[in-house]
Amino acid sequence: MQIYVCLKHVPDTVAMINIVGDAGFDESVKFVMNPYDEYAVEEALKIVKQEGGEVIAVTVGKEAAASTIRYAMAMGAHRGIHIQADAQWVDSMVTSQALKKVIHADGTPDLIFTGKQSVDGEGMQTHYRLAAALDMPAVNEVTTFSIQEGKAVAEREVGGGEREMLEISLPCVVGASKGLNEPRYPKMTEIIKSKKKKIDQFNLADLGLETPAASSELLKLEEMPERGQAKMIGGSPKEMAEELVQRLREDAKVL
Amino acid sequence: MLRTGVLTEMNDNRVREANFGVIAGAREGDDEVYAFPVNGTADACKDAVQTYGVEKVVDLAVEGAELSSDPETLAKAIADAVRHFELKALLGLNSPRGRDLLARIATILDAPLALDCLKVDLGQGIVTKSHFSGKTLATLKLSGTPLICGIRPNAIRSRPDPREADILPYQASVEGAGRIRVKEVKKAESETIDLTEANIIISGGRPMNSAENFKVLHECADALGGAAVGASRAAVDAGFAPHDMQVGQTGKTVSPQLYIACGISGSIQHFAGMKTAKVIVAVNTDEEAPIFGKCDYGLVGDLFEVVLALTEVLKASS
Ligand SMILES: Cc1cc2nc3c(=O)[nH]c(=O)nc-3n(C[C@H](O)[C@H](O)[C@H](O)COP(=O)(O)OP(=O)(O)OC[C@H]3O[C@@H](n4cnc5c(N)ncnc54)[C@H](O)[C@@H]3O)c2cc1C
Repeated sequence: MQIYVCLKHVPDTVAMINIVGDAGFDESVKFVMNPYDEYAVEEALKIVKQEGGEVIAVTVGKEAAASTIRYAMAMGAHRGIHIQADAQWVDSMVTSQALKKVIHADGTPDLIFTGKQSVDGEGMQTHYRLAAALDMPAVNEVTTFSIQEGKAVAEREVGGGEREMLEISLPCVVGASKGLNEPRYPKMTEIIKSKKKKIDQFNLADLGLETPAASSELLKLEEMPERGQAKMIGGSPKEMAEELVQRLREDAKVL
Repeated sequence: MLRTGVLTEMNDNRVREANFGVIAGAREGDDEVYAFPVNGTADACKDAVQTYGVEKVVDLAVEGAELSSDPETLAKAIADAVRHFELKALLGLNSPRGRDLLARIATILDAPLALDCLKVDLGQGIVTKSHFSGKTLATLKLSGTPLICGIRPNAIRSRPDPREADILPYQASVEGAGRIRVKEVKKAESETIDLTEANIIISGGRPMNSAENFKVLHECADALGGAAVGASRAAVDAGFAPHDMQVGQTGKTVSPQLYIACGISGSIQHFAGMKTAKVIVAVNTDEEAPIFGKCDYGLVGDLFEVVLALTEVLKASS
């Protein structure tokens, strides 16, 4: 099995985001592998352990994104492909075309895993576009996965506690959600070994991609508006409850 | 007049409440709105959506394909209809099914897509959505057609606008994809209100102390007229509540009219999931709890005492 895992290098979710200019942010914060991508790497490693084959970690990102590929390798991925970009934001249409091009040139995917979304841009679409470009089916937000009789079987949460069981023809693109597995922590010996693993380098600008038909451009970043000073309500539990209900009905008009 | 489509999600042949806000988003530019029933019949859809300003309900069919068990073919059929009716935009709920369908449709149409939008300006192609797990608000300009947007449930208020809608039967000329098959839909173990679409949510944190104690919140939820019950990760990790109920960065993102946080400290990760609630109420024993710095109404006290009192006051005054 040849399994590709597409990763994104993103600011750690606990990092403070300081906005710079209209739409930039201070990129000196700590960056990590997109948390959902860890489930993707783990699942790929699990399958290769059962079925044999190799796991190839691919990313489109700035130079520093190489550390996310190294992390995947320390988890157990066999090799890496880094498509260097000069910005943190690359449009999903461009990213998916770039991924398609290098994966196509590199091998024959039996499966492609990604995280269900990136936690920085929260776009949730690159994997669908990649699947379409490779003419494969895509499924997202997957919480259980297995291969049975040459088909992929996956489960996904669809809201209100409901779950869908899906059967998907292979090869396919799978977006991993929390709960799919428990991503491993790399062992020291694996971290050392990963330093010797190979990363193929490409440059996004040199791939000769066509200008896509659509795009989305980030115009502005702002801090999420904070609330004003909270109105503190005092008294006995009963008094507090009475005042709260009155305020929610009359002032806030939400009851 | 320009035309905009809305995916209308149905459960047990009833249009889910949260769709009406999506229709309001589509109506903002005074467009003619075309509804696409998903998981229900055109008739039942029409009765509900015409009250909110929908003019046309598309009754979609594909020869030889069971649309409800093949999301790819359903997406192809809707994409075909979007082209046929020359819709300039397609909106839907940012629910798991909604965003999956929207992403498939955008991909087929090579169209720009923005999911989990809090605001949309379809005339300008400008949307507002969260970036960095709710820490920042991003304004994006979408280029290309049609614009495809998923709207966060309850982010846009519904607006009644009654009229008489027509049903348009449409036979899509697409072939069944046959690559994905929904084999089974497992229903929830108990009849619960979908957290992400609830208008009111009451959540419990670590001090809930047991699964049993969540009953107190459920009773209050009933007194609130059918609110949903949520939990913090601390409560979920401790086994007091199932993961389905977790609100936050690694749980559900919610945007209700009212969010009541009981015994929740107010971590960034919890806020990532409920920050866009219209009104936040916090009940906490510690007057210095961080949540009091970012809520609308703060009550210092034991959650069990306050919630019981709240349930009684609500019952007495309803
Ligand atoms: C990567 C990552 C992802 C995460 N994702 C999520 C997520 O999705 N959702 C989430 O919620 N958390 C998430 N967390 C965890 C988060 O950081 C907090 O640890 C968690 O939200 C704390 O839950 P809590 O507020 O219930 O518990 P605590 O922080 O322990 O707070 C309990 C609060 O209850 C108050 N209290 C105690 N007794 C009472 C009483 N009797 N009555 C009233 N108040 C009382 C205390 O004063 C305190 O403020 C994540 C963390 C990480 C690192």
